[in-house]
Amino acid sequence: MKGKYRYLLGILSLILLLVVLTVPALAQGSDPTDDEVNAIARQLYCPVCENIPLDTCGTAACEQWRGIIREKLAEGWTEDQIKTYFVEQYGDRVLAEPPRRGFNWLAYVVPMLALAAGVALLVIGFRKWREQARVQETTRRSGEDRPAAEPTDEYLKKVEEELKARSEGQK
Amino acid sequence: MVAEIGFGAIFITLIFTLYGIGAAIYGDRTKSQRWILSAHQVLKLVFPVMTISVGSLLYLLATDHFEVVYVADVSSRSMPLYLKLTALWGGQAGSLLFWSWLLAGFSSAVAFRKWDRDRDLLPWVIVVNLVTLAFFLVLNVFYENPFTRYWQDASGILVSFSRPEGAISVFPRDGGGLNPLLRHPGMIIHPPMQYLGFAGFIIPFSFAMASLIKKRSDDRWIRLSRGWTLWAWMFLSLGLVLGARWAYDVLGWGGYWGWDPVEISALMPWLTGTAYLHAVLIQEKRNMFKDWSLVLIILTYLLVIYGTFITRSGLLSSVHSFAQSRIGPIFLVFLTLTILVSAWLLSSRWKILRADHVLEQVLSREGLIIIGVVLFLGMLVASFWGVLFPILSELVTGQKVTVGPPFYERVAAPIMGGLLILMVLCPLAVWSIVSYKHLGRLLWKPFLVSLAGIALPLWGGYNRWPAVIAFWLVAFVLAVNFFEIIRRTRVRRKTEAESWGTALLHVLKRNQRSYSAMIVHIGVVLMALGIIGIEFFQTETQATLAEGQQLSLGSYTMTYEDLAVFDAPDARNVARAVVSVERDGRVLGELYPRRDFYYDSGQPVTIPGVRSTLLDDFYVILVDWKAVTSEGATFKVYHNPLVKWLWVGSLVFIAGVVFATWPGKKTNPRQER
Repeated sequence: MKGKYRYLLGILSLILLLVVLTVPALAQGSDPTDDEVNAIARQLYCPVCENIPLDTCGTAACEQWRGIIREKLAEGWTEDQIKTYFVEQYGDRVLAEPPRRGFNWLAYVVPMLALAAGVALLVIGFRKWREQARVQETTRRSGEDRPAAEPTDEYLKKVEEELKARSEGQK
Repeated sequence: MVAEIGFGAIFITLIFTLYGIGAAIYGDRTKSQRWILSAHQVLKLVFPVMTISVGSLLYLLATDHFEVVYVADVSSRSMPLYLKLTALWGGQAGSLLFWSWLLAGFSSAVAFRKWDRDRDLLPWVIVVNLVTLAFFLVLNVFYENPFTRYWQDASGILVSFSRPEGAISVFPRDGGGLNPLLRHPGMIIHPPMQYLGFAGFIIPFSFAMASLIKKRSDDRWIRLSRGWTLWAWMFLSLGLVLGARWAYDVLGWGGYWGWDPVEISALMPWLTGTAYLHAVLIQEKRNMFKDWSLVLIILTYLLVIYGTFITRSGLLSSVHSFAQSRIGPIFLVFLTLTILVSAWLLSSRWKILRADHVLEQVLSREGLIIIGVVLFLGMLVASFWGVLFPILSELVTGQKVTVGPPFYERVAAPIMGGLLILMVLCPLAVWSIVSYKHLGRLLWKPFLVSLAGIALPLWGGYNRWPAVIAFWLVAFVLAVNFFEIIRRTRVRRKTEAESWGTALLHVLKRNQRSYSAMIVHIGVVLMALGIIGIEFFQTETQATLAEGQQLSLGSYTMTYEDLAVFDAPDARNVARAVVSVERDGRVLGELYPRRDFYYDSGQPVTIPGVRSTLLDDFYVILVDWKAVTSEGATFKVYHNPLVKWLWVGSLVFIAGVVFATWPGKKTNPRQER
């Protein structure tokens, strides 16, 4: 029995040794490059330097934040994990856009509603205007002939307009 | 003594304006020309008197009078004279004084125009101008006095304009110096242009209000203010472009526009101002959409005030700093009053603004312009909401959020696309009715040529499809305008038997307005070319190099040659790197990215080294370096394709606007097409 235990213990400690040796090595990718750090930093904003993305900000605080990103990357964190880490530490304002939840939905919904309203107004407006135009058209048709919409000669049209303007008297 | 003169001049102007407002209103009510004349004189006088005040502050800045708080804040002994003078708009109080001065300039200038024909509008133009001026002067007199000074008594240092009881003057030895980011040629002309653009829109607004108050339904106010509007619009556009250029040259983030709330505040009046310029075209030609023109110019004025308010009140950084701001609440009151008065005027006169014509076809020029106006308004709503939302969020949830570039880009990109399509169709569409056959006949040749706009980028390796569509539209707009000019010249050549050159000259001269519009639009699409290039195809990389090591980006390779750190005479420490750039093995030259550290303000400024061609910019930033040990320096390198077209296009754009305002044979706008 004793020998069996010793045997098991030996295997267990070997496994443990393997785990201790390999897991960090697996998690620890190669040293993150500046570009990998910047790719994440670009999407973050520190609370002090407002509206300056982290990858271009020159302050010491932002430098330190980039250092944190580098460390986390080296520890094998994913992009989302790192972003979540900063949100948990400093709030939603570190993100380039408000996260889509709760009150923040308003930020996205209002422009869409405005767009819908704009399109609706245009459609209704054009319909109404066309209706009015049709009414005018019929009244005009009964009266005089419709003037040609498209002049045959550009220049002749100019001349005619000029004459008309002259007779109206220039300002 | 000079400070007293400067402050006295503001104070006297304020008294003048208040009197002028009263005199103009009273004169109009009682039909007394004498009172109106008196108010008219006030309008002429505000600029010269304000000039005394601005002159005083400039004198104090130039002669290092650091006992004046403003001078001590924004200037320092080591600054060269031109920077001391430009420090006039380097801080809150000074920039508000500068604002008032430019406003007074526009007001006085409009006072000197010939008023014989439009006597009825005059009193209300005076009132609107003077009320706006009075508002800014109140800010300068009671809240942001640029002439307050340091004093000392038993209790310590005091800040006050007049000498407190038992205090003696304090003369600090040196000032804090101008924010180093502002020490750049772009920053010297960018703010005055921006302010000129802002202040200039007061003129069309005052004419619009006068016309509304007088219950006139004609478009006289638009014609009278057209030149003023164009100048204001040009200054505003120039201000925006110079700001972009300054950001590209100094801020060292490889870009030109960051969707910063301050930038957006400057963009918003430009959006409505541009929409206004287009809407008035319809009113002038077809006597339609009078209400749109009025609403748009009122919006522009409100957004000018709002923009100044939001950037000056501390509201942007936090609602809490707004609560501490002394001028924020006043701005809010003034804005609210303006909205109420304009809304009341509009609603009470809505009936007289009925259109003479109706819109007959969507594809007519007026139909297309209206769609364009709505697109501009869409961008405005998104921008307005994007700036407002973080403030709202902080108020409602207590949590501050960032609304950054991705938010705006999602809106701006499709709107830009829509505007490009409109710019293809608009020069060909005629007023009132367009036949599809006619349009098709004019479109097919430019369409064929525009296919080059697909082929060229694909050949150059720019193959992301939204960008390719955008490139194609740019080519289409250029082709349409080009063919239009040729077509019209050919008609003229045939009918008048002239040579190509003379015919072209005549055509251009006869239709100054429509050709200036074409030039402006060509400028806009060239700018679009730059924007598409950098937005879709910018690449970047960063690395720490030892001397002699290389860094590659695309076909470019840069070698770190040398770094020198030294003190410059104007109290700054300069770290300047030398890098050589080659492309495909061919040496292109050296770049000198550097980092300036200003001792007096303790701030660094990153100046990139840029190699710029029409095809692309190679842009190097010195991010960091290790002193002495020559361990190496960190560089950030950007490749910005086509961005130079942004600047080339803006020059074309400005040339177009100047051509539009150029005094020539003024043709009746109704006879142009």
